[in-house]
Amino acid sequence: MPIKVEITVNGAPTSAEVEPRTLLVHYLREYLGLTGTHVGCDTTQCGACVVHADGRSIKSCTALAAQMNGAKITTIEGLAATHPDAEGLHPLQAAFRDCHGLQCGFCTPGMIMSGSALLLENADPTDHEIRDWLEGNICRCTGYHNIVRAVKAAASAMREPKDPRPQETAA
Amino acid sequence: MHAFEYIKPNTVWEAVDLLDADEDARPLAGGMTLLPTLKQRLAQPTQLVDLAGLEDLQIISEGPSSLTIGAMKRHVQVARSPSINAFLPVIAHLAEGIGDPHVRNRGTIGGSISNSDPAADYPAAVLGLGATVITNRREIDGQDFFTGLFSTALEQGEIVMAIRFPLPERAAYIKFPNPASRYAAVGVFVARVKGEARVAVTGAGPCAFRLPQMEEALDRSFAVEAIQDIEISQEGLNADPSATPEYRAHLIGVMARRAVEAAAR
Repeated sequence: MPIKVEITVNGAPTSAEVEPRTLLVHYLREYLGLTGTHVGCDTTQCGACVVHADGRSIKSCTALAAQMNGAKITTIEGLAATHPDAEGLHPLQAAFRDCHGLQCGFCTPGMIMSGSALLLENADPTDHEIRDWLEGNICRCTGYHNIVRAVKAAASAMREPKDPRPQETAA
Repeated sequence: MHAFEYIKPNTVWEAVDLLDADEDARPLAGGMTLLPTLKQRLAQPTQLVDLAGLEDLQIISEGPSSLTIGAMKRHVQVARSPSINAFLPVIAHLAEGIGDPHVRNRGTIGGSISNSDPAADYPAAVLGLGATVITNRREIDGQDFFTGLFSTALEQGEIVMAIRFPLPERAAYIKFPNPASRYAAVGVFVARVKGEARVAVTGAGPCAFRLPQMEEALDRSFAVEAIQDIEISQEGLNADPSATPEYRAHLIGVMARRAVEAAAR
């Protein structure tokens, strides 16, 4: 029997009648057309489907839309709005571009949603902490090195003031 | 996934009524094992009864010599809880090592022990500390809770409400994760609780189990030297692509020695 779910996605209220077995990732992709969230393995291992649910990173292929009724979800499409830089990107998106943190790009939405969740709770992570955190995200192209660099670069950019004004010099 | 009904009750009574009335209904905690199982069509429940709305399963309470953790406490909540870090840091550390951050944000302690996965971490803590499993019907001695591969003493209509851990004098949990899956190929929990040594192993057999011969040796002397010559039998240990029984028997010894060393510090 279909059930009604109401989920806030990227700040906007959404709702639909779904089958109870509908996964959150399918709700996002098929009901809302938000195809930035990818299904990589569909077995809770690869992390391509990571989104934020009420501020915490989760694998959207392993949550029912029904379980997320009433939750606030942020996907890769809505991430930049939470912390936009001058170009309208999230600093971690900009850092992935600048550091060449991707090759084929399939894992990238999950990597960015995972990395940005780390930066929400740790503003200055070490390389080890970043690698440890990214244990649930698999990339088969990059060798991870540039992904770690990107997270570090974004952390650094986010710690700096957004709009640094020229320092007044003493007369 | 096969189709099922989804219900999210607000009280334990409602949840238990639903599970009691339908033997093919299944409780849903964090879903980190159940949902992948359903996706592989290895189970076909008629209803999923989501326990996430049950406030009674969300407690953390400190007693004079124990700490009780509600069944729906997620791994991240256990790992970050100030009282668990203060009184039972070994459990916070264990929780921080489960799966990956996204799994820890969903998975629960009650779900983990109710599932009795042979490679789950929490069962080693339940046996290793001599915990008590509190259900809606009774209190189950942790020793009697795990009955085999993915099976427990829970009956139909019985759900875990909380786990009560005695506070140990010393304790440590060390695991050897499979390099790919990160599940424990072998994990060993050692503790001294109420003056007695306890050693519990996960990952190696059909479900978590204790090692009496090591416990006796550690009772005599809680030190690495006391157990370093103990031979672990490979009989009945798991054989899978991550490790042979022979390798697991070896790993039990190594992890136990590391755990004793860490606990003795």
